[in-house]
Amino acid sequence: MPQILDRARARVLDGGAGLDQAEILEILRLPDEDLPQLLQLAHDVRMKWCGPEVEVEGIVSLKTGGCPEDCHFCSQSGLFASPVRSVWLDIPSLVEAARQTAATGATEFCIVAAVRGPDRRLMDQMREGVKAIKEAVDIQVAASLGMLSQEQVDDLVEMGVHRYNHNLETCRSYFPNVVTTHSWEERWTTLTMVRESGMEVCCGGILGLGETIEQRAEFAAQLAALDPHEVPLNFLNPRPGTPLGDRPVVEGKDALRAIAAFRLAMPKTILRYAGGREITLGDLGTREGLLGGINAVIVGNYLTTLGRPATADLDLLQDLKMPVKSLSATF
Amino acid sequence: MFCDRCGEPASAGDHTACAAARELEPPRFCPECRRRMKVQVVPTGWTAACVEHGLRES
Ligand code: SF4
Ligand SMILES: [Zn+2]
Ligand SMILES: [Zn+2]
Repeated sequence: MPQILDRARARVLDGGAGLDQAEILEILRLPDEDLPQLLQLAHDVRMKWCGPEVEVEGIVSLKTGGCPEDCHFCSQSGLFASPVRSVWLDIPSLVEAARQTAATGATEFCIVAAVRGPDRRLMDQMREGVKAIKEAVDIQVAASLGMLSQEQVDDLVEMGVHRYNHNLETCRSYFPNVVTTHSWEERWTTLTMVRESGMEVCCGGILGLGETIEQRAEFAAQLAALDPHEVPLNFLNPRPGTPLGDRPVVEGKDALRAIAAFRLAMPKTILRYAGGREITLGDLGTREGLLGGINAVIVGNYLTTLGRPATADLDLLQDLKMPVKSLSATF
Repeated sequence: MFCDRCGEPASAGDHTACAAARELEPPRFCPECRRRMKVQVVPTGWTAACVEHGLRES
């Protein structure tokens, strides 16, 4: 067995501490023949420190498209020739989306808006929408609305939003290659405010943006330093009209290595499959990732693209004997 | 008629890749007039509206 896996076993599996950046890089550089052992170790770590439950979430876009920012992977930026048009979801449809999400057994419903940060109209819609969901549906509400002011953080807490998503997207050193309209540090500032407010911090990113393996390790280490409650892991799904529209998708084995590496960097976090897994991993890879460190999924459709039917994922979880985390277990 | 993914004439060029991509994407262009549609994706489906040709849904 490679020495790094022995070290990881002692430190991460037995001790519950994450690997550092240099060690994560060693993991990402393991050859394909060591992948099965690596995935098994990451799975053991997840089972020991998180348990067999899988947290299921649904997401919906409250405000789609027309974003003034220039994240190069994003079809919702108004700065690229993407075919995605600006559109708002009405409150009854938002509540219905939450209801359908809860019907799958999901405990999390995340409301997302394509904005730099919320304006008055968006905060008003959130207030009305979150209230309506809480009155009608038994589900926890999370939000992802870009960069926040302290006042907006306080307002979201008061509305009962329990978790806030704000992805760093990629490592600090590569971020300026992906986004030029705001900085990694600005995102970090919002995350700090969210943490201090008592809301749970959800922060992840996208692999396959053109970052190097070294930068992938850097990103995992930076996320570990943030210590988020949840890390959503996306794989680039190249979107027509965006600057990254012609990039190749991440190779399945590299995606699995990354999943295991992120788990060994953050043994206790909720590591969630987010967008892009369908094209990067397919059905078989999706299963392997759930046996290699992943312990949460987004079911159903994404914001502007479609996922596989929720039933396909739920059947898979049943097959793997991984119970869906229940609402009572989340408090 | 137009390809509802790329908006180009359906009869010109090869839209095999578009059709494959559409398995995991909603339509973006109205197949009748190639206007960009207003598309709303929700967890269990999507709707796509053309001002001229009305609503399509999954
Ligand atoms: S801020 Fe969000 S919605 Fe706007 S371009 Fe970046 S990723 Fe897309
Ligand atoms: Zn086409
Ligand atoms: Zn039309």
